[in-house]
Amino acid sequence: MMKWLRRVMTVFVLSIAVLAGWFFFRRDHAEPLPVAMRTVDAAMLKDPVLIARGEYLAKAGDCSVCHTEQGGQPYAGGRSVATPFGDIPAPNITPDNDTGLGNWSFEDFWRALHSGIGRDGALLYPAFSYTAFTKVHPDDALAIFAYLRSLPPIHQTSKPPNLRFPYGIRNTLIGWRLLYFHEGQYRPDTRQSAQWNRGAYLVQGLGHCSECHDTRNALGALSGQRSLSGGEIPAQNWYAPDLGTRQNGGLAGWSSKDIVDLLKTGQSAKGVAFGPMAEVVTKSTQYLAEDDLQAIAIYLQSLPARAIAVAPEEAFNSKALADQGEKIYAQQCASCHGQDGNGVDGIYPPLNGNVSVTEPVGMNATRVVLLGGFSPGTVANPRPYSMPPFAQQLSDADVAAVVSYVRQAWSNHAPVVQERDISKYRTTPVD
Amino acid sequence: MNLCAKLKESPNAISRWLSIAVILGLPAMCPAFAVDAAASAAVPIPDTLQQRIAACTACHGVHGEGSADSHFFPRLAGKPVNYLARQLQYFQRGQRRYAPMQYMVQSLSPAYMRVIAEYFSIQRVPYQQSLVPTLSAAVLQRGEQIVTQGNPATKLPACQSCHGRQLTGMEPNIPGLVGLPYDYLSSQLGSWRTGTRSSAAPDCMAQIANRLSPDDITAVSAWLASQQPPADTRAQLAGSVTPPLACGVLAVKGSGA
Repeated sequence: MMKWLRRVMTVFVLSIAVLAGWFFFRRDHAEPLPVAMRTVDAAMLKDPVLIARGEYLAKAGDCSVCHTEQGGQPYAGGRSVATPFGDIPAPNITPDNDTGLGNWSFEDFWRALHSGIGRDGALLYPAFSYTAFTKVHPDDALAIFAYLRSLPPIHQTSKPPNLRFPYGIRNTLIGWRLLYFHEGQYRPDTRQSAQWNRGAYLVQGLGHCSECHDTRNALGALSGQRSLSGGEIPAQNWYAPDLGTRQNGGLAGWSSKDIVDLLKTGQSAKGVAFGPMAEVVTKSTQYLAEDDLQAIAIYLQSLPARAIAVAPEEAFNSKALADQGEKIYAQQCASCHGQDGNGVDGIYPPLNGNVSVTEPVGMNATRVVLLGGFSPGTVANPRPYSMPPFAQQLSDADVAAVVSYVRQAWSNHAPVVQERDISKYRTTPVD
Repeated sequence: MNLCAKLKESPNAISRWLSIAVILGLPAMCPAFAVDAAASAAVPIPDTLQQRIAACTACHGVHGEGSADSHFFPRLAGKPVNYLARQLQYFQRGQRRYAPMQYMVQSLSPAYMRVIAEYFSIQRVPYQQSLVPTLSAAVLQRGEQIVTQGNPATKLPACQSCHGRQLTGMEPNIPGLVGLPYDYLSSQLGSWRTGTRSSAAPDCMAQIANRLSPDDITAVSAWLASQQPPADTRAQLAGSVTPPLACGVLAVKGSGA
């Protein structure tokens, strides 16, 4: 017993030593704020050109989505980010002196965005995506800061996080940061074009796409790869699909135009944004400049090919279930999505070859069948078409049958969904 | 050769003849062509608002007649456009909470929501009675009394004093109460009490709901749901009633109570 304990202790002490060494080594790579930017002239922050650029960048970063409560004042905080560890409300970032960023210097702001450390020195929870924002260039950070300072100050006290033990202890983040936080600005890849680098900068930095489109581990951290290969969004019951456009990728076959169309209008010939992505489109990407959208598309198209998807473990276990699914599809779905599953271009998305249908879990298709919904309302598509909700007329067995059918019909080869799994998706996401 | 017949023969024939058919404007002349094409390839989707809002009409009916079978989904036909547009905004802001509706409207622009509200407000469709729970005559009488006279003891104004003698509402912001299912009416009054439904301050309906007892809610909802609406369910003209309470949505001062 003692021998066993001693062995565990040795491993523990060694791990700490290794981690500490690694940490100090890595710290050398973190860049401090350029000296010239440590003190920012107040007049400079009032530059309308800088503010306008900051507004654009804040949209690219989708900042208002978390920092605005439903029905609340923009950027005055209050919306909670649900995580498996508890709820973390986003704070007020209007320039109110008491409750917002009124007394923050640019250096304070930079430290939060780049290093994930609050003005009072507290370690910030990574629900604020500083693991991505650390890549943001100081010039862009300054523009965003100038924009936030230009907003009307709103007096609204930020709510404290509501986390389960031990996650409520901020210092538990010391270990988390050692393991998972790679501080440092974006470094251009000189082998790639300027356009590719711009796309990578937006996707990896402000866009913080990996926050949803990659898999998280049990401690809520993303994999080191950040290859945007998709993942379940914790605590939200949505699956953010693989964004690879090459062989076996979730977006295999998507052209640059398809990617740009979806981000600009909310839909493309290949699919429609729904769930959390609908909000990303309506509040953020639809406002991006054509150049930036093209750059994002170029970058996504360079993501590596994926390993071939594993063959479905569970095919239809009975012909009766398959027939039932096909029957419901013909009755309820085919008039819009087509008997061939190819949809109607520009109106209804194809289900054949659509990653939202074939993602590994089946939760997206299940939830869309239950909830229905409109395509995102955007400047380019102000009166979108919609899909009726079927929660009120289809039983769990029927939903499982039709979702399983669309996951296996045409060119689709995804595992079936089980009737027992449907009921947990019957709750509607509202914050 | 009969081109229409040829087109109907097989999908392959369609593709072969399509270019000629399009040039000749043939599809318009062959009514059956559209059906065959639908079965084989793309379905013609009408570019209409009705088609676009299939998500709404699935529950509220193609003409906003509601869904009597559901005993819940409310009739929208003929309600004031302002009232309907305002409710959609309330759902979007979370001021009115019903998850499926909140999800549905989350990305819609105010302009589109207004267009949708207009669509339903101009519909004229007959009322379809939905199920009302079996209650004693005394309960229904109590309901009628509250609707028509209110309850002076609890300073409860009569429903008719705002929603109109015919209970068809008043332009621009007071909805009609007739033609709504029992479950919907009672759950709304409950929502005003629990704060999952609210309106602009001063929120007179919240005050009224709080002056109703749970039994009153049952009685009022049952009596309203069992009434046959008048032939003309349009809301009364703006300003035709003087509300007894100050109501934010009416932007006018009440007469007291």
